[in-house]
Amino acid sequence: METNPWARFALGLALLCSLAFAPAWAVAPLRIGLTPAFLHDRYSLLAEWKGYLEKKLQRPVSLVIRDSYQETMDLMRQGALDAAWLCDCPYVTQNPKFRLLATPVFQGRPYYRAYLIVPARDKTTHSIAALKHKVFAYTDPHSNVGFLIPKYDIVQLGDDPQDFFRRTFYTWSHRKAIEAVAEGVAQGAYVSAYIWESLHRLEPGLTERTRVASRSEEYGFPPFVAHFSMPEATFQALRKALLDMPRDPDGRALLQKTNLDGFTLPDSKLYLRMQEIVHTMAGRNAGL
Amino acid sequence: MRVFDLSLRHKLPLWGGFLIVVSALAVVSGYLVQARGNLERNMLARSEILGRSLGNSLLGHLAHDDVWRAYEVIKGPFDAGELKDFFQVEQILVLDEFHDVFVSTQPERYPVQSRLADLGPDFVELAARLSQGGDGHSLNVQGRQILLAIPLVADGVTLGHLVLVHPAGFYWPRFINLAQRAAWITLLTLALLLPINWFWGRRLAVPLGLLVERMSTIGERPPQPLSASLYPYHDELGRLFQAYDRMALELAEKEEMKQEMVRSERLAALGRLSASVAHEINNPLGGLITAVSTLKHHAAPDPVTQRVMPLLERGLEQIREIVAALLVEARAKSHTLSVHDVEDVRLLLAQKGLERGIHLEWHNDLPESLPLPATMVRQVLINLLLNAVQSADEQGQVRADIGMAEGRLHIEIVNDGPEVPAEVMNHLFEPFTGTREEGHGLGLWVTYQIVQQLGGQIRASSRPGQTRFQVNLPLGEQQ
Repeated sequence: METNPWARFALGLALLCSLAFAPAWAVAPLRIGLTPAFLHDRYSLLAEWKGYLEKKLQRPVSLVIRDSYQETMDLMRQGALDAAWLCDCPYVTQNPKFRLLATPVFQGRPYYRAYLIVPARDKTTHSIAALKHKVFAYTDPHSNVGFLIPKYDIVQLGDDPQDFFRRTFYTWSHRKAIEAVAEGVAQGAYVSAYIWESLHRLEPGLTERTRVASRSEEYGFPPFVAHFSMPEATFQALRKALLDMPRDPDGRALLQKTNLDGFTLPDSKLYLRMQEIVHTMAGRNAGL
Repeated sequence: MRVFDLSLRHKLPLWGGFLIVVSALAVVSGYLVQARGNLERNMLARSEILGRSLGNSLLGHLAHDDVWRAYEVIKGPFDAGELKDFFQVEQILVLDEFHDVFVSTQPERYPVQSRLADLGPDFVELAARLSQGGDGHSLNVQGRQILLAIPLVADGVTLGHLVLVHPAGFYWPRFINLAQRAAWITLLTLALLLPINWFWGRRLAVPLGLLVERMSTIGERPPQPLSASLYPYHDELGRLFQAYDRMALELAEKEEMKQEMVRSERLAALGRLSASVAHEINNPLGGLITAVSTLKHHAAPDPVTQRVMPLLERGLEQIREIVAALLVEARAKSHTLSVHDVEDVRLLLAQKGLERGIHLEWHNDLPESLPLPATMVRQVLINLLLNAVQSADEQGQVRADIGMAEGRLHIEIVNDGPEVPAEVMNHLFEPFTGTREEGHGLGLWVTYQIVQQLGGQIRASSRPGQTRFQVNLPLGEQQ
């Protein structure tokens, strides 16, 4: 193929330059998985997180976004992710293959809760009991607050979650569950308080179309976990980067945008209540 | 006054305007009727295309029972906010295989899992039509709303239906938009055509009105010709005006001929009368003159006689002259007219003209000699030129054209004097009509008599600054 010698020269120069100015780290990127537990569709915020972590860790970071818990968990199990922000389910919190890295601090405590939300014009509903034979939106079959907790509450009412609602469907994220209730597609949903409160700051127009009908008890905030194969140095560096965030101006700004106060060292006791519920529900299913 | 009796001046623009407005309205309403049908069809077709493309995305979600993703798919088209005018679908429903609502874009009105039959009469009809089974074609229910149901078929199995809900008059906003545009164009066209129509109407009606006005006075006075610039075209109307002008001209000529005939008859009668009177006077006059002559030579010269005799002589001489003038004798023997006879007159009159500072313009194209009595022709020429010299303005101009044409002698004498009043013109050639003090007023009478006796014609015309006498004489057999 005939090419312009000047073009070839320019191309050569560009290659040289790219080699000369390549980043100092030549190591493989750190792969961190994100799930809908976080507002994973805020791409500019994600870019800032990536930039912040790269700066602190002095190595490339790749944020891997998936639309369901299952996909992210599969990637983690396969070792295709180094770390992930998953959920507070025992598979994660008690899995010997995972190491708890850090727990986010939300409203001053490493806890979050479930909100039962209903459309704003529904003024009467104050518990899930009132939603019997209604259309209900689950977030994800692997979500605790969006799936397991409502079923647990129904069982507590003495009902069978299988035929309690007239119709259920999955929205695959908390944010979309809020939308489904706001639009009236579903007459109720359980969503993460963290997501609802964050959205309430960002898009009050959306959350105002919903009403928080009841608040659940507290559960440990879904932790950051690392695959056990992660080198100790990397593990400590990542943990430090997260824990030091409130003391760094950029980190503080990022936490502010993420609607978190910071990170704390994880305590497995935080997740005991959730484990109990999971086991209760698992036992119930096994007993059926 | 009835409408149809109105003047064409008003009727033509009114009728034209009326017809223009009626045609404009007819064209516009035809267009709008057509446009309305097209709009409805096009917009339904567009809805179906939209529905079919949504349907492809919906199949998987319907099969996987994924209400939320199905909702996101059907909600998508409603995000095109500013294109709302072009997007006529009000609601979209997805029906499952049992024809219950799987999901809809307005869950409060069409809740998830609600039965079609509970959603209103149009949906009852839709449910009935759906239960009859379809063949993969879309269904269309038109009632208070227009429902378009598109089957969602995968591998030959109907998994559900997509229902697009349109308000009954969903094409109205577009239609009103079109109609407004059409109305503006029509108004613009009318704004252009109506003035043109008004102008043309008047262009036809005004000359016609003038023609009618002129025609209605025919009989009272001679018709006046119309101005040629009034309507300079050669269509029927133009030809009508031309015909009128010709008629006016012919009528004027006829009137002129009538006047001429009256004049010549009067002159002939006068001629006969004066000739017979002159004859009757001439006979005793001869005796009287002879008697006076004898008396003068032979009678005793008493002082009374000597004092009276010259008086008698002068009186009788004057009578003789007048009688001679009245008794124009054209047949008297005379030599043949030669070019010198004519040139002699020129010399004579040029001198006469100089007295009043008048310039005599002279064109003489005569051959050496002509078979005409020289005395008579000279008499005519002298009379006319004398008259012209007297009538011309001081320092004025007199022109004489003498020549041959069509075997006749033509004489034309023109002076630049003031216009001769019509009243005088009418009696111009009659004896003793002259208004001037000099002369006996018989010059033009004599001229007329000579021309008549030589079988020729004489014509006079006058307008300000130009009085013209034209004479033509047939050549005689004189050698």
